[in-house]
Amino acid sequence: MTMKPAPFKYFTPASEEEVLALLTQHGYEAKLLAGGQSLIPTMNFRLAQPAVIIDLNRVSGLTYVRPGDSGGLCIGAMARQREGEYHPLFAERAPLIRETMPHVAHPQIRNRGTFGGSIAHADPAAELPAVMLALQARFKLRSREGEREIPAGDFFVGMFATAMQPEELLTEILIPPLPRRSGWAFKEVARRHGDYALAGAAAVVTLDEQERCREVRLVFLSVGDGPVEARQAVQELAGEIPGEEAIRAAAETAAAIDIDPGSDIHASAEFRRHLARVLAMQVLHQAFARARRA
Amino acid sequence: MGTTYIGQPVLRNEDERLLTGQALFTDDVHLPGMLHVAFVRGEHAHGRILKVDASAARSRPGVIAVFTAEDLGSYWQPGPLLVPPPPIERLTFHQRTQVPLAKDKLRHYGEAVAAIVAESRYLAEDAIADVIVEVDPLDAVVDMEKALEPGAPLIHEGLSSNLAAHVIQEKGDYHSVFPGADVVIKKRLLYDRGTAAAMENRGVVAQWDAAGQQLTVWDTTQAPIPIRNGLARMLGLSESQVRVVAPFIGGGFGPKIMMFYPEEVLIPWIAMQLKRPVKWIEDRWENFFATTQERGQIHEAEIALTADGHILGVKDVFVHDTGAYDPYGLTVPINSQCTLLGPYNVPNYYSEFKAVFTNKPIVTPYRGAGRQHGVFVMERLLDFAAKELNIDRAEIRRRNYLSPGDFPHNHQIIYQDFAPLVYDSGNYAPALDKAMEMIGYEKFITEEQPRLRAEGKQAGIGIVSYVEGTGIGPYEGARVTVEASGKVCLATGVGTQGQGHFTAFAQVVAEQLGVEVKDVRVVTGDTREFNWGTGTFASRGAVVAGNACHAAARMVRNKILKLAGEILQASEEELILEGGRVYLRNAPQKAITLGDLAARANPLRGAVKPGSEPGLEATAYFGPERGCTASGVHALILEVDPLTMMVEIQRYVVVHDCGRVINPMILEGQIQGGVAQGIGNAFYEQLVFAPNGQLLNASFMDYLLPTASEVPNIENAHIETPSPLNPLGVKGAGEAGAIPTGALFAQAIENALREYDLEICEIPLSPNRLFDLLGERVKQNIEISISHE
Repeated sequence: MTMKPAPFKYFTPASEEEVLALLTQHGYEAKLLAGGQSLIPTMNFRLAQPAVIIDLNRVSGLTYVRPGDSGGLCIGAMARQREGEYHPLFAERAPLIRETMPHVAHPQIRNRGTFGGSIAHADPAAELPAVMLALQARFKLRSREGEREIPAGDFFVGMFATAMQPEELLTEILIPPLPRRSGWAFKEVARRHGDYALAGAAAVVTLDEQERCREVRLVFLSVGDGPVEARQAVQELAGEIPGEEAIRAAAETAAAIDIDPGSDIHASAEFRRHLARVLAMQVLHQAFARARRA
Repeated sequence: MGTTYIGQPVLRNEDERLLTGQALFTDDVHLPGMLHVAFVRGEHAHGRILKVDASAARSRPGVIAVFTAEDLGSYWQPGPLLVPPPPIERLTFHQRTQVPLAKDKLRHYGEAVAAIVAESRYLAEDAIADVIVEVDPLDAVVDMEKALEPGAPLIHEGLSSNLAAHVIQEKGDYHSVFPGADVVIKKRLLYDRGTAAAMENRGVVAQWDAAGQQLTVWDTTQAPIPIRNGLARMLGLSESQVRVVAPFIGGGFGPKIMMFYPEEVLIPWIAMQLKRPVKWIEDRWENFFATTQERGQIHEAEIALTADGHILGVKDVFVHDTGAYDPYGLTVPINSQCTLLGPYNVPNYYSEFKAVFTNKPIVTPYRGAGRQHGVFVMERLLDFAAKELNIDRAEIRRRNYLSPGDFPHNHQIIYQDFAPLVYDSGNYAPALDKAMEMIGYEKFITEEQPRLRAEGKQAGIGIVSYVEGTGIGPYEGARVTVEASGKVCLATGVGTQGQGHFTAFAQVVAEQLGVEVKDVRVVTGDTREFNWGTGTFASRGAVVAGNACHAAARMVRNKILKLAGEILQASEEELILEGGRVYLRNAPQKAITLGDLAARANPLRGAVKPGSEPGLEATAYFGPERGCTASGVHALILEVDPLTMMVEIQRYVVVHDCGRVINPMILEGQIQGGVAQGIGNAFYEQLVFAPNGQLLNASFMDYLLPTASEVPNIENAHIETPSPLNPLGVKGAGEAGAIPTGALFAQAIENALREYDLEICEIPLSPNRLFDLLGERVKQNIEISISHE
């Protein structure tokens, strides 16, 4: 296949400071190149024609995975997605991410693709944004003006849209620790292994000492303009003992009220709603089972 | 017949070159001073071209030239009709062939409007935006049935409707069946479009040597010799001035024999105009509409049977979508018409089709070439009949098989090769038995399926039969030469796209000449090496070219033995040819090597006998009187997730009869690849056109090819019923894997979901489509599912 993007200027900064300077200089004209697994194909199709490419692959100090405060996890924005499967800290501190990673495209893509790239790209069909929302991750953003931290809930603002400013660089993803008696699950339905899902769901739940729901988060992907939290369904479960009936009812609410999926050539809105209901039931069931065992 | 090489799983001669990256593909051709072409392609499926202004593009730095239809002058001509309609009595055909660059009208999305030639492909692509194409959009004709309605937009002015062809073929009298019929089943069956999606897209490189007055063209074609002949005619050159090389090609599957593609006509002409080498490599996006496609048909079909399941007759009336033009004539719908009859005894048959123009990419054969549709219709009708009559699915097929004594069997209709559809040979029941045994048909139905069902698993089994008319004429040739090294050179005119020709043909020659397979160097696809032939298509390489190789090798074998007999002073009966030498049966020390014989046959000095020909060389041709009929049975076990409608294939069995097998390893590769395409066709691949004719999934992100995760390893077995129509006894195998998969899938899914009483009358399927077919009933599954977690 011929690769033929439109002309662009290409920079290879070596430090965050150089990146921030370039971003300040070029602003909206510039695109950051991380793993390139989404950007390069869209450039080759000439769907994206950025005037400036700032390649982050030579920037030092962004690829780490290290323990965060009190059981959490810090992921450098340029850490490759493949780390999520093999780095022991994920198994220990962010097992939901580890469980999700095999669903993210194919190993070759995860070898190149980065955590920061997928999150900043904010594809509504991508797994990582939904999982970040379910885990209440926080993102560190830097610009020449300074640094700020933003919760995942405020970060994803629409289709391929985030709260980042054009001169900002995502540097770190902070995954907070899960409380005791927590459980988690991720499932998706994709046409072929590694495809973008027709629908997917992530759940993170915490039980209290009486086996009642202390906290539940249920997030869908591929059913809206971004990761979609099932707020109504979650409210129904609050304080309840999550038995089969309660889970089924919550899944019903999530699919009927919390989401408003669209139709495309792969799945109708009605089919997506159906899948969302099935997946919600399955991930809640599994997450609560894990919480009870924890 | 005892054989040394034929029938052996000989490792492939070409693999070392392919696997180490040494094989030449068209895009590997880099020439000094080479220019690159990008095409400006129309962005409407149907519209009148008001203006094409390329002036801005022409002045862009790096752009050498831009050609529009106007710039082509008299070189602008509609393409040739590749296959004229067969001599069928009740036949109407309207010829409308593609043009090099659209002039007055756009008739499908992506038709080329201008060719931009630049110093690099990047620069050529940049200049596309500079070309102004003003179009007055017209309503697009997308639905093939609506295309024939009065008042439908007219795609080709000068015709009174969008009808491209109308054909009726009949055997016996279908209407005579009704008094005896116990059951008549009538269904509407649909088959939608897909694309071959060869791994390598198309490409053309052309070089004009003004000093030598020679044109060389590297082309991803399945038919280099006809391309050479046509280019010479179009360009006003002698055929000897044009060399067309079809180097290694990453998959053909039919669309690479659509002669002539606009790019094939233009690139050589541009190279001559500019006197510089010119390259165009199709990108994947272009491949989705600039390369031909297949498979859109709608059938209204009817079958009449006795209560014990014997077929009395079949009536089938269908519409065939031929796309914007019909350069390949009627090959595809006639294949559908003929292949429907399958391995069955159908005494009465009425088949009528209308081919229609639509504002979609051109339809020409793609692996199966219409046979899928015929098999789908017949197999579905038999399934519905089996259910109605409460007869087992395998049994109803067996009851209707032609028996070994019925051959040759004349179906009394005309096939794609213009000859009556006569099956040369076949033996169908053993293949069915073998497939049932391999997949464990009885045990699955009586034991495994009920057990899985009790576990909440919706597993289903399918079994279908089909025949494939293969190995059609007209002819191919081969030249075999023993060289002074003792090695053998074999040249043939067909192109090669991964079929293993470098090995299978070498096996045929090595068998006759007593040399190692690796010592036969095969040259294919280069018009400088062999002057005559048609191409690789219709599962005919092994049959037609293979038998030409065999004939030439036999002639050389005779020359070897004659010369060796003279030298060793022995009669030919006393001689043994093996291990690269000839020796006396009773005195093996009296021997001469093939190399020495080749040298003796080509003396540098001295006198030769009057009338003698130099060298150990022969050229032979083979043209079968008609095609030979391969056949097979496919069986499948799959599981449907009752909540998500996702399908997983558990097992896939193919029992195939393509006559004598030359190389079972290569054959199994062909079957595996064909089944993969069949699975894609059945459950993953579908070209989705918007009402305005835009293709909505022109990339591999949205056009779903099955991958290694979706395609199981096929379990193979072979039945060998040699063809009496050629000395090797071989039949074609190239398309077999892809043909019955849709019918098989439909049957197995129905079986897996049988409590829903589903009727599947369409291909391709998808989870969403199954969800729609099941409707509200899927949702009830949720209630029971959680207890299985």
